[in-house]
Amino acid sequence: MKRVALYAAALGFVVFAGFPFYWMLVTSFKQNRDLYVGASDMSHIPWIFNDPPTLEHVKLLLGQTDFPRWVLNTLVVVVAVVVITVAVAVPAGYSLARLVGRWGERMGMGIFFTYLIPPTLLFVPFSRLISLLGLQDSLGALILIYPTMTIPFCTWLVMGFLRSVPWEIEEQAMIDGYSRLAVILKVAPRLIVPGILTVVVFSFTLVLQEFVYALTFISSVNKMTVSLGVPIALVRGDVYHWGSLMAAALFTSIPLAIIYNAFIDRFIQGFTMGAVKG
Amino acid sequence: MAGIEIRSLRKHFGDLHAVDGVDLSIRDGEFLVLLGSSGSGKTTLLRMIAGLERPTSGEIHIGDQRVDGDVPPRARGIAMVFQSYALYPHRTVFQNIAFPLEASRTPRKQIEEKVRWAAELFSISRYLDRYPRQLSGGERQRVALCRALVRDPKVFLLDEPLANLDAKLRNTARDDLKRFQRQIQTTTVYVTHDQVEAMGLGDRIVVMERGKVRQIGTPQEVYEDPVDTFVATFVGQPPMNLLDAGDPSLPPRTLTGFRPEHFLPKSVFGSGEDLRTFRFAVRRVEYLGSDRYVYGSVAGSGAPDATIIAKLPATITLGIPEGETQEFAVPRRALRYFDAETGLRRKG
Repeated sequence: MKRVALYAAALGFVVFAGFPFYWMLVTSFKQNRDLYVGASDMSHIPWIFNDPPTLEHVKLLLGQTDFPRWVLNTLVVVVAVVVITVAVAVPAGYSLARLVGRWGERMGMGIFFTYLIPPTLLFVPFSRLISLLGLQDSLGALILIYPTMTIPFCTWLVMGFLRSVPWEIEEQAMIDGYSRLAVILKVAPRLIVPGILTVVVFSFTLVLQEFVYALTFISSVNKMTVSLGVPIALVRGDVYHWGSLMAAALFTSIPLAIIYNAFIDRFIQGFTMGAVKG
Repeated sequence: MAGIEIRSLRKHFGDLHAVDGVDLSIRDGEFLVLLGSSGSGKTTLLRMIAGLERPTSGEIHIGDQRVDGDVPPRARGIAMVFQSYALYPHRTVFQNIAFPLEASRTPRKQIEEKVRWAAELFSISRYLDRYPRQLSGGERQRVALCRALVRDPKVFLLDEPLANLDAKLRNTARDDLKRFQRQIQTTTVYVTHDQVEAMGLGDRIVVMERGKVRQIGTPQEVYEDPVDTFVATFVGQPPMNLLDAGDPSLPPRTLTGFRPEHFLPKSVFGSGEDLRTFRFAVRRVEYLGSDRYVYGSVAGSGAPDATIIAKLPATITLGIPEGETQEFAVPRRALRYFDAETGLRRKG
């Protein structure tokens, strides 16, 4: 009886999580008539193919927009921003958590608060800065600006993560013959791998969905990222190319979902389990 | 092999004086226990010896080397076992034990030999290929001790290494630890809040409270001759009874103290014994198998409601009815007197 309830609940969650994907899939391959007729014909069933599926929307997305180019641009920006974020936020979080003493916590909070300032407030001074540097309408502008969102948040994330990693393991290494620097370079990285992975995923996600800065700094269609290019190209006035929009969403979200699922164990797994406590 | 000298050592965290002027001289080969409740400064003191915490002032000497300045932990010739064991989670047991040897660039073959020897000593040879998360608490603790041992340290520092073991294991682990220390004769400083552990392990015990040393002595000295009411009630389970007996032969404001095991029905003492008798109002009797604890209060004392405990061994089968007042007595040689104001011991 308990089992049945458990499976029923699990099934409920599967449907809940899977439905948006199903909806995107169906919409991407439906003929326009099939998509829009439901608005006037109440006997129309919306979640099945009433007319044979079509590749028309996918063709529009891949052939008549710069979608492949946007994916490439997004990848370039994401990789650069992730590398910068890890390189800055991990050492920053580590030193704030481990080396500064009780000021570390307060400084960490201060850094986190900068994350709470909305892009809608910051894009004006930033655009000034970007034009000063001559980076208007280039991916360089995004690579420079995005870390201002990712670094504060990820620094704070690493600090929080390190609180769950016992300091004692690093102290033990210092007693066992390592200098502090050697501990930071050789022992600590292994201990914070799950923290680094989390940083990667968070900055990845933040960058992927960012819209305001991209809209401000990028004007050429061939320099856009997915999150900017798709709505700009496929929403024309009040005409929404729903099929193609959904196809674009599907193509970006499925690889993401697969990556998330591959790493979810690493996040949840108590990596330090067995190191401390009985 | 080395002794440790500590002179007027202080550690202040802002306004908190975690260690507040400690002088301590630990002999070569001695097993010294730092005993205190949490916040007594015992762990901070240990961490300063290890070099994990920098003293605010004072001196620490290990052997003939002064270490309180800039000598990093790795150069102090110490080994430490943390309460959490601090095993490296991504290394096998073998790699964990080999870690300090690798750090000192010991040749591969020698590492192999040494790890096997130490693992043999603690009977964990079977687990060398496992990871810490696959071991039980007792096994982890032995891995941590092994890792400490292979360094050939001048001093062992142990921070409550038995606290995470379950009660059943703790007895055998304590015995193992003591035998092992006798065998290798390395100076050991052991921190605990458990007075049974302290009594059982220590050659000498240092009782600490609020950053200060209250008493240093052998387990017997600390138990039989506590210097003040704090030590008297901290060491011993149940604690020493303290009451203002209002005895006219004593100076005013004097507390009389006696251990629960000395407080027995008057009838069990021989006639030749010099006794101090109390009228004991029995409230409740607790049967614990090897002992009976009798809770009650003493009429005519300064605080007539204060709970006094008697601990009767199972060899005394006399019935103690609850709710009645009986004659209980303590041999005069077992009485200890304290100043009620300062808590300090009064001779006599």
